[in-house]
Amino acid sequence: MNSSPAPARPRSLRFILSMAWRDSRASRRRLLLFSLSIVLGVAALVAIGSVGDNLRSAIDQEARGLLGADLEVSSRSALTPEANTFLQSLGGTATTEFTFPSMIVFPTAGSQTRLVTLRGMEPAYPFYGKFLTDPPQAASQISAGEPVVVLEATLLTQFGLKPGDPVKLGTGTFKIAGGLLKIPGDSTGLTAMSPRVILPMAQLESAGLTGKGSLVRHRSFFKFPDGFDTDARVRELKENFRDLKLNTDTVAERKKGLGKAVESVDSFLSLVGFIALFLGAIGVASAMHVYVRQKLITVAVLRCLGASAWQGFAVYLIQGLGIGLAGAALGTALGVALQQTLPLIAKPWLPFEVDFAISWPQVLQGFASGVIICVLFTLLPLLAVRRVTPLSALRSSLGEGAGRPDPLRWFIWLAIGIAVTAFAIQQTPRWQVGVGFVTALLLAFGILTTLAALTAWAARKFFPARAPYVWRQGVANLHRPQNRTVLLLLSLGLGTFLITTMALTRATLLAQISGTGSGDRPNLLFFDVQNDQITALETLLQQQNTPLLVKAPIVTMKLSSYKNRPIADVAKDKDLAIPRWTLQREYRCSFRSTLTATEKLTAGTFTGKVDPAAEVIPISMEQGLAKDMQLGLGDALEFDVQGVPLKATITSLREVDWRRMEPNFFILFPEGVLESAPNFYVAATRATTSADSARIQQAVVTALPNVSAIDLGLVLETLDQIFSRIQLVVQLMALFTVFTGIIVLAGAVMGGRYQRLRETVLLRTLGASRRQLVQIQLIEYAILGLLGATVGCALAIAANLALARWVFKTPAILEPATLLLATIAVTAITLVTGWLANRSITDHPPLEILREET
Amino acid sequence: MLEVQGLTKSYPAAGREPLTVLKAVDFTLAPGDSLAIIGPSGSGKTTLLGLCAGLDRPSSGTVSIAGISIGTLTEDGRAAVRNAHVGFVFQNFQLIPTLTALENVMVPLELRGDGGPAREAEAQALLERVGLGARSGHYPIQLSGGEQQRVALARAFINQPKILFCDEPTGNLDGETAHKIIDLIFGLNREKGTTLVLVTHDAELAARCARTLRLKNGSVVPEAAPAA
Repeated sequence: MNSSPAPARPRSLRFILSMAWRDSRASRRRLLLFSLSIVLGVAALVAIGSVGDNLRSAIDQEARGLLGADLEVSSRSALTPEANTFLQSLGGTATTEFTFPSMIVFPTAGSQTRLVTLRGMEPAYPFYGKFLTDPPQAASQISAGEPVVVLEATLLTQFGLKPGDPVKLGTGTFKIAGGLLKIPGDSTGLTAMSPRVILPMAQLESAGLTGKGSLVRHRSFFKFPDGFDTDARVRELKENFRDLKLNTDTVAERKKGLGKAVESVDSFLSLVGFIALFLGAIGVASAMHVYVRQKLITVAVLRCLGASAWQGFAVYLIQGLGIGLAGAALGTALGVALQQTLPLIAKPWLPFEVDFAISWPQVLQGFASGVIICVLFTLLPLLAVRRVTPLSALRSSLGEGAGRPDPLRWFIWLAIGIAVTAFAIQQTPRWQVGVGFVTALLLAFGILTTLAALTAWAARKFFPARAPYVWRQGVANLHRPQNRTVLLLLSLGLGTFLITTMALTRATLLAQISGTGSGDRPNLLFFDVQNDQITALETLLQQQNTPLLVKAPIVTMKLSSYKNRPIADVAKDKDLAIPRWTLQREYRCSFRSTLTATEKLTAGTFTGKVDPAAEVIPISMEQGLAKDMQLGLGDALEFDVQGVPLKATITSLREVDWRRMEPNFFILFPEGVLESAPNFYVAATRATTSADSARIQQAVVTALPNVSAIDLGLVLETLDQIFSRIQLVVQLMALFTVFTGIIVLAGAVMGGRYQRLRETVLLRTLGASRRQLVQIQLIEYAILGLLGATVGCALAIAANLALARWVFKTPAILEPATLLLATIAVTAITLVTGWLANRSITDHPPLEILREET
Repeated sequence: MLEVQGLTKSYPAAGREPLTVLKAVDFTLAPGDSLAIIGPSGSGKTTLLGLCAGLDRPSSGTVSIAGISIGTLTEDGRAAVRNAHVGFVFQNFQLIPTLTALENVMVPLELRGDGGPAREAEAQALLERVGLGARSGHYPIQLSGGEQQRVALARAFINQPKILFCDEPTGNLDGETAHKIIDLIFGLNREKGTTLVLVTHDAELAARCARTLRLKNGSVVPEAAPAA
């Protein structure tokens, strides 16, 4: 037999495109419906990403505003000429400031005195941020170098002062120009410890205030041109002038601090975007699975007419790409619209100015993520198209090719795995969280697939043969050939799992936030309460009906030895890499016999009391500090308690919730040793109204003039407002996932309509009543809905426990009402959607439907 | 034009002997020949047609279309042979429901990247030849069974196939429409010089073919000598 080669045939892209377009004619509305699955996911990603970008640039701005400069260099002593020369060589603009504690006298308030933090400022400061005073011209008076001061606004209230009143500082008398509202350059902690008084640098000398020696903090602020590598020069500065014990603060460090504050919420919102898109992609895949099944004959005919397997596949791949593009475009538009409306909700409550502009990189990223994830998930059902045998045009029962394993299927699973993991890692702050999340999803996938196989097996094996016909038929649908048990249980179970995880995580996070931000926490703090004043304060507060809630004695001390090595040696030891501040700082330690609600023991045993004669004192250290200092249980430290050496050993480690604005300590001593050391107290109470707060402050200052009071009410109020706003945003975003879930559930059930059509028509032809048909469907959907919902909820409980423990580091909240609601809702949605989707089939004459669906 | 040698098709059966549905079929067709494959249901007619057209792989034996041995070709290679040399007519028409009549006819040409206005005019002419010139913009659902089969015929001839395979082409049509379709098939067959292979139960249709191949239980039944 002569055997010549097969004719060459060009792969016609034009044919593929036109065939894809023409073939979609009858299904465009349906394909658009498929694409809706990813719309909300992409919208969430674009909106969250864009708002995140806006917040990040706002934080950039705010970080500069908080520092007031690009770099702050400070030291306890004046800078050496070499250091000054180096700093000047950096270029940019510089300004200096002296900060030190000083007593202030208020002649118009009965010559009462107060310890304040004095800041002598040069006119150039701040370079960034605002120096705001009441009245506003007070700030310009300071900049002009006039002999005036600006006082912390609370001082004016406490001492009944007004602009124009005199104050005495050192040997000079100054006029009050106004109250301080806002100025960069201070941390909240510092402000809380003592109120600030600002005066022009030029006036310091006339008041004889510059000879304060070691108490003066020399601060230099620098402004650099854009693009200047501040961090690199800081490293150089520290290397070259190690002995000067310079402290530096940069915008990057400030930013880090601000970033950490919103980490939990940021992780949560990122997961929302991820879940919504993932859920949507599953929706597209399951819808395409059904769609492709209906197209197999068309593919077989094309194959008979000479189309290659690739051409047949490409036609539907183009349609899948179209779904991805349409969904991503719609989602992007919705996301941008949502981001544009966010300022209306969020602006009044945000602690700083945020410029809500479209972030094109985020828009592009959201769009691309949508298309890529959608196409990858679409590839799975499309693989079947490649294996359609042309013979099925002659015998439609043949369907897809024989069930040989398709290696490409594993390749696509791998690609999906990589894409989803990369996406999850990119969306979450730490890669471990991303990987953990994907692992959880994979586990859920495995469990649901196994459960589906078990359900089908159990339905065939154990369902009683004598049960009524509609029950038998409904249950038989779970295990018959080409059943949708696996697909529906996966969609329903995974949907329920993700949505319920979201709801439970939300509850957990909100509980954490409300526990931190409000409730019955102390809101009025008293500092500098001397040892002999604490009883008087307690009695006074009792009389004001605001009992003392917190009473923490404070003893200041410094470290003198570390693991039996002199601290100076350890500080020089480069190999140890212990942060210098932990070795050289002045520790404010407390002593008590029990732990408070803000502390949790994580290792060792807490010793609350010790014999005053003990040589080595068992102490408790905060676990973060212990980690930084490379210390553990049993390690020895020696302290210099204002001249007296004190040996200690670490016997316990604590986790401290620093977010609570209550006195917390790095190092905690037991009762019995520090009582006789010079100490003072920090005390706190709770005032119910701002009027109460003012009244109590006035009473305390009158009775105990040296005590400073800080009203946290305003701070907490601001925090509460921010948290309420975050709650709203969290709820809005969770709704995105919930709606996506509903669309996907509806899509999965609607898919059944096309599969069940012929069977329903046949039953109708054989005389089945409408009621019977509906019952058969409802039985199947009820079993699947209930099973999927129950398993989804169980998985969500496990995921929430894991997330709370390892990601958000807070106790998990399990809301039985949420779980019950999810189970009922998912079952109900499955039933209602199933019934609605099939209603038109059961309500119309069979022949009419057959012709419609050709 | 079509050469079939020792064509056998078996399906593996779990724990049993393989099920052989076609046993060592041989025949050869010259250009312009016509062959009717007849036999009772389950005798292997459609299997034989599918194997001849390269829609499936034989268990043993060879098929050669227009001099090309299709047994050694890949799936895509066989598809290319079909596109170049083969036309199909199915019992259930198998028009693509989302395409108009004209678009359905154009598919084989477009598959080989040979669309364009000139070829569209050819497709339109073919539709007119089968009496559907005025219905070229209609979708399959808007056409009757007979009309759909005429569109399928136009599609089968658009690539000027060397060989046309028909699977029960009148099986879903009433007598009068069936006659018209048969006339068209044989008319076009003569006009274009196409080799014709058709599977049918219809004795009248089989009688119009030059040759008949009768199958029973997968084997060819020798024809009785015609009466003198």
